[in-house]
Amino acid sequence: MSALPLLAVEGLTKHFGRAPHPVRAVEDVSFHVAPGEVLGLVGESGSGKSTIGRLVLRLIHPTSGTIRFEGEDISRRPERQLKALRRNAQMVFQDPYASLNPRLRVRDIIGEALDAHRLASGSRRTERIAELLETVGLPAAHMSRFPHEFSGGQRQRIGIARALAVEPKLIIADEPVSALDVSVQAQVINLMQDLRQRFGLAMLFISHDLDVVELMCDRIAVLYLGRIMEIGSAKDVASRPRHPYTRALLAASPKADPDAPKIRRMLTGDIPSPMAPPSGCVFRTRCPIATEECARNVPKLRSAEGDHQFACLYDMANDERPAAA
Amino acid sequence: MSMNTPSLLSIQDLEIRFRTEDGEIAPVRGVTLSVAPGETLALVGESGSGKSVTSLSVMGLLPRPAGRVSGGKILFRQRSGRTVDLAALPLSDLRGLRGAEIAMVFQEPMTSLNPVLTVGEQIAESVRLHMGLGHASALKRAEEMLDLVEIPHARRRVHEYPHQMSGGMRQRVMIALAMSCNPSLLIADEPTTALDVTIQAQILALIQRLQREIGMGVLFITHNLGVVAEIADRVTVMYAGQVVETGSVGEIFRTPRHPYTNALLNCLPARARRGEDGRRVVQSIPGSIGKIGDGCAFAPRCVHATDPCGVGTVLLETEMDRSVRCLRWREIPA
Amino acid sequence: MEQSPLLLFFRRMFRRKLVLIAFLVLCVIMLMALLAPWVAPYEPTAIKVIRRLKPPGELNWLGTDEFGRDILSRIIYGARASLGIGFAVVLVSMTFGTLFGLLAGYFRSLDGLVMRVVDALMALPDILLAIFLVAVLGASAFNVVLALSIVYTPRVIRVVRASTLVIRELPFVEAARALGVSTRRILSVHILLNVASPVLVQATFIFAYAVLAEAGLSFLGAGVPPELPTWGTMIASGQQYADQAFWVVLFPGLAIVLAALSLQVVGDGLRDMLDPKLRKAL
Repeated sequence: MSALPLLAVEGLTKHFGRAPHPVRAVEDVSFHVAPGEVLGLVGESGSGKSTIGRLVLRLIHPTSGTIRFEGEDISRRPERQLKALRRNAQMVFQDPYASLNPRLRVRDIIGEALDAHRLASGSRRTERIAELLETVGLPAAHMSRFPHEFSGGQRQRIGIARALAVEPKLIIADEPVSALDVSVQAQVINLMQDLRQRFGLAMLFISHDLDVVELMCDRIAVLYLGRIMEIGSAKDVASRPRHPYTRALLAASPKADPDAPKIRRMLTGDIPSPMAPPSGCVFRTRCPIATEECARNVPKLRSAEGDHQFACLYDMANDERPAAA
Repeated sequence: MSMNTPSLLSIQDLEIRFRTEDGEIAPVRGVTLSVAPGETLALVGESGSGKSVTSLSVMGLLPRPAGRVSGGKILFRQRSGRTVDLAALPLSDLRGLRGAEIAMVFQEPMTSLNPVLTVGEQIAESVRLHMGLGHASALKRAEEMLDLVEIPHARRRVHEYPHQMSGGMRQRVMIALAMSCNPSLLIADEPTTALDVTIQAQILALIQRLQREIGMGVLFITHNLGVVAEIADRVTVMYAGQVVETGSVGEIFRTPRHPYTNALLNCLPARARRGEDGRRVVQSIPGSIGKIGDGCAFAPRCVHATDPCGVGTVLLETEMDRSVRCLRWREIPA
Repeated sequence: MEQSPLLLFFRRMFRRKLVLIAFLVLCVIMLMALLAPWVAPYEPTAIKVIRRLKPPGELNWLGTDEFGRDILSRIIYGARASLGIGFAVVLVSMTFGTLFGLLAGYFRSLDGLVMRVVDALMALPDILLAIFLVAVLGASAFNVVLALSIVYTPRVIRVVRASTLVIRELPFVEAARALGVSTRRILSVHILLNVASPVLVQATFIFAYAVLAEAGLSFLGAGVPPELPTWGTMIASGQQYADQAFWVVLFPGLAIVLAALSLQVVGDGLRDMLDPKLRKAL
């Protein structure tokens, strides 16, 4: 990366609860997001993808590691000194119902963002709210309504308008379309694509849906039990996966095509508890090619080609198969 | 397939009404579908389509007294060969069928299992009730059932409580519970929606395997078109309380006839197309399910709608194994 | 479809007839208390020795007490003190209960301390604690309000804290934090607005308890001074004549029961209406 990254995360770790058995939600995660870039975080439950989003926004405190926003380390700053981050990084939530205060009118939900940073007041404030609503495809006249008067997709638009109100550079989108119906999901995906282009937004796009991530993102990071398994361009990760977990995840996602090959290779067993992750490679207990070696060392991310990296002792693409398998 | 083989379940022009504060509504008003023995019919629809209400009505689980079947028939062919209308059956008779011949698996296994009983006790209870087995043999059967749904260490886990299990394992227990009396019809209402994809794949494979082995019919309710393509033999699409299209899984995905089916498929991110500016864009359906008025319910959102679509009732046309509820399906290019 | 929120509120609230009746009873009692000088047939303190302990009749609808004072008039005036004390207790305990409940629920560091005090206060029986406090503070209307407020504030703290614990984790609070909204605004707008309904329900119950407790305290002589007519003091001073003139205690007693019961029923109605789960079921 030649340009200064907008967001650079280094060795980020978050443990919930106390020793000896903390929940290891995020473990030694590093990545960066360039201005205007969309990085997808993909994983199943317990992967730590949502925790990473909240850590980056400093809604929770990291156990260790650094988070640099525009070069400045914000990982340990007290809340009072986070004004700039609050202005530059915003969040869009999964649940369109719980993410809007049911007792406030849309005007106040969006206006609160303007007030918090003294961006507009009086008639200018109303104008700005109207403008934001129109930006997300809602009539300005709806600003005096309450959230319950809107459908799920419309509420999600309101949540997006609230995030846009402070003109952020980065948006953490936590499963923003997962709770929506397919037809509405498509509307919101297209809206987010438009806004991204129009405002040059960078995004951390958190999702469990590989199809959505592949469509939305420039690069993808695949997480399992709090660690990055594979990271690279969306194309590389989705069409030339190098990590056995990424392959399994792709194989397990049902394709909406009756002619596509049915799911054959399947992972057995359950996702282990993040309170007691396996030693060595966390994926080894379900991995089809795991060996004894995998229990001993945590595999480091290694480069495939370009900036495509994966954390596995064996490179399936180069037939680096374990002798036993 | 379904027309030649006598149906196991045949729903005919079902209408369901609910009393609410704002008067009576009809979340289901024109559902016709059938499930043959040994086949999987996927009932697809978005929220508000009435698919879940339809499945609840088959099990006689509509919330009483607010909801009721106000029209149509739910014909079910019993093992004895007798066909009964589940909508007209007294509750006591329906209870006898439920669990014995018709079983159900829900989305959230935690709320469907009793937290204070071990999973073994719950399966054994159902077996005792429906098959009249003794205590010891019922527990033995429970163990076999856990084994059947591929729960490792069944002998030990039969003594576990639901909260000691993961979501995927609990769903397996639910399926074991459903299977314990050899049902001829399984109703699966979004059984994998709350699960992670790798676990979902396991559960789908399990349901398919059990279906093959037991030969039961499956009514699979889902909003996930990927899951539909994976497991369905035939597909029924619902919109705003009505069936709009039915066909084989291949026909529905390759040559959808109803504009809604077509539009829904094009909303899938995997079907995104590159626009003029090089960006990949998904098609979307404008608006949302609104107030149901006269005419075709989808007309307000349909790109092919013309004036006649807005008036009168649009009937479900059936031709061979396919049905479609659209005035213009013959003229619209697929 | 579109209905004014107020109309909808009343329609839902009074779906049950009993709630409507209770609400009307309360309205009548409160109106009488407010308009006492115009409504009451006699002065509550007017002593007429020749008419002492007269049974209910044409002159005195509910009879007279041991000093010949009109019981109906005393009940009407008594409502002022009884309901006034109840209302004051509600105001004080709601204010402090909401404040401490919000703080304890939102700032986990304060929670331990606040909840320990709450548990300690709630471990004692209401009336014993109230008697003890009045004994220490001295018997006056103000001290009764103070004592009963100390007794009922912990209940409010509990309710508010429990709701706050749930609401603080909701995404809209997270969204406000991500926007840099001040903690004070998060507490006073986002959380307070959403705990308002359970607190309102609690308020009606506390009102009922306070009316009962005040009567109890006065009856036991640990309440307001006997010169001030409250329903409790009426029963207290009338009890020794109860065997010869039952009306001296019966009617003030009925007033207490009626007021407390109505408040509870209205509270139940309010709760049913505000509980979305129950609302759906109807």
